[in-house]
Amino acid sequence: MALESNKALLKPGFVDLARRSRLVWSLGSLLALLGVWQIAALVIASRVFPSPLVVLEAVHIEFESGQLLLHVGATLARVVVSFVLAMLIGSAIGLALGRLKVADRFFDSWLIFFLNLPALVIIILCYVWFGLTEVAAITAVAINKIPNVAVTVREGARSLSRDLSEMAVMYRFGWWRTLRHVTLPQLAPFFAAAARSGLSLVWKIVLVVELLGRSNGVGHQLHVAFQLFDVPMILAYAVAFIVVVQIIEVGILQPLEARANRWRR
Amino acid sequence: MTTVVKVNLGGKTWPAVAGRAPQPVLGPIDLAVQAGSFVILTGPSGCGKSTLLNIIAGLDRDYAGRVVFDPPEQAVTYIFQSPRLLPWRTVFENVALALPDGDPRVASIPDLLTRVGLDGAADVYPERLSLGMQRRVALARGFVGEPDLLLMDEPFVSLDDPTARDLRALLIDLWSRRPTTVLFVTHDRTEAVTLGTRILRMGGTPATVLEDAQVGLAPSDRADRNLVRNEQQRIFGAT
Repeated sequence: MALESNKALLKPGFVDLARRSRLVWSLGSLLALLGVWQIAALVIASRVFPSPLVVLEAVHIEFESGQLLLHVGATLARVVVSFVLAMLIGSAIGLALGRLKVADRFFDSWLIFFLNLPALVIIILCYVWFGLTEVAAITAVAINKIPNVAVTVREGARSLSRDLSEMAVMYRFGWWRTLRHVTLPQLAPFFAAAARSGLSLVWKIVLVVELLGRSNGVGHQLHVAFQLFDVPMILAYAVAFIVVVQIIEVGILQPLEARANRWRR
Repeated sequence: MTTVVKVNLGGKTWPAVAGRAPQPVLGPIDLAVQAGSFVILTGPSGCGKSTLLNIIAGLDRDYAGRVVFDPPEQAVTYIFQSPRLLPWRTVFENVALALPDGDPRVASIPDLLTRVGLDGAADVYPERLSLGMQRRVALARGFVGEPDLLLMDEPFVSLDDPTARDLRALLIDLWSRRPTTVLFVTHDRTEAVTLGTRILRMGGTPATVLEDAQVGLAPSDRADRNLVRNEQQRIFGAT
């Protein structure tokens, strides 16, 4: 019967095997990318197109001097703070707009305005209005991301099941249990989508914010390296940050998503 | 006999939608449900049975008239037409959520699950179960809080005959162990006679109660298909 066959799928060995084969594939494709890069560097043989080994050397030097950790750490801190802020505020706005038709009608054009406001404009205005401060930097990043989160979560809030909320009323869930067991699980896929696209957007904007008005962070280092035409250093910071973002993706976001989806068939 | 709920309905009309005129669905209905009775609401599909149930449940407040519970604070649960389980919570959690936080009756859930035939399925997510099994979970959830009034809206519809029969037997078993008042909507006449102690036939536009019949079957008679068929003919006429 149905119960038995599903238990077989849940055996740990099956999951491990699938994960391992996925790992082999991504490692293989990554090595291939490095190979193509190496060959291209050999063919072009220019100071502004360094080979992977030269970049690795630059990473090593920056790491030894402590600069790498300092700047990546500063950027990461800004990413985390602005990401969390944007998710919280954006979700609250999205939920409100999805549930209240009047608010949705009124604020819809505001949302479209902010969605289409160029990131650079928001950043410049924040620096002009609040000065070249940390608060201005983080506010600018959060404002860039909030409309995206709000739009995604609004979609989820609109599609909340009426059947389940009636059930929650009949079984006297109260607001807290309804939020925790009925509303939030229905919104989980929308939060995941917002978080995924959010992380990649936020860290790119953080770099721009740092380049324009901060004296540390990866964006600031890229600015310095650009002035020196130091391409190995630019690539070294880029690679280091990609690794950090991938660790967050694989180590935090994916396990969270898997946990939220474990009930699916 | 004491009355659990009194319904004095003036009527219920669906509001006009997109240029369509308002549609009266329920006419005047006076109904007193006695404690411990198993009341069947039956009638043609779409005649307003579920609407009446939703009004009594308090889910639909847009009607003329009054629904009075006596005593006013009663545990009312509702077993819906679709199981309406939370797919992201296990079978056990779905049943436990019908109880308030810290309710000692959580300890009785494993036994209850065994009784409804869900032995070993406590930690399974509902979507991995068949519809029949999900309905068993919904039954367990409806009974776990020992409700004073249990509302059921065609809870066994779209099941194959043997499964539906099993679940009816299960319902009778649960009901006899934890006696409660039941309001049960169905359009299946055999089901009505097998389960009910009183049958209300609804019909007409807007719908009213056309006939109010007591079922003259002892609990032991209800497994006998001939007796059920005779009683069905007595109440509904030969069809």
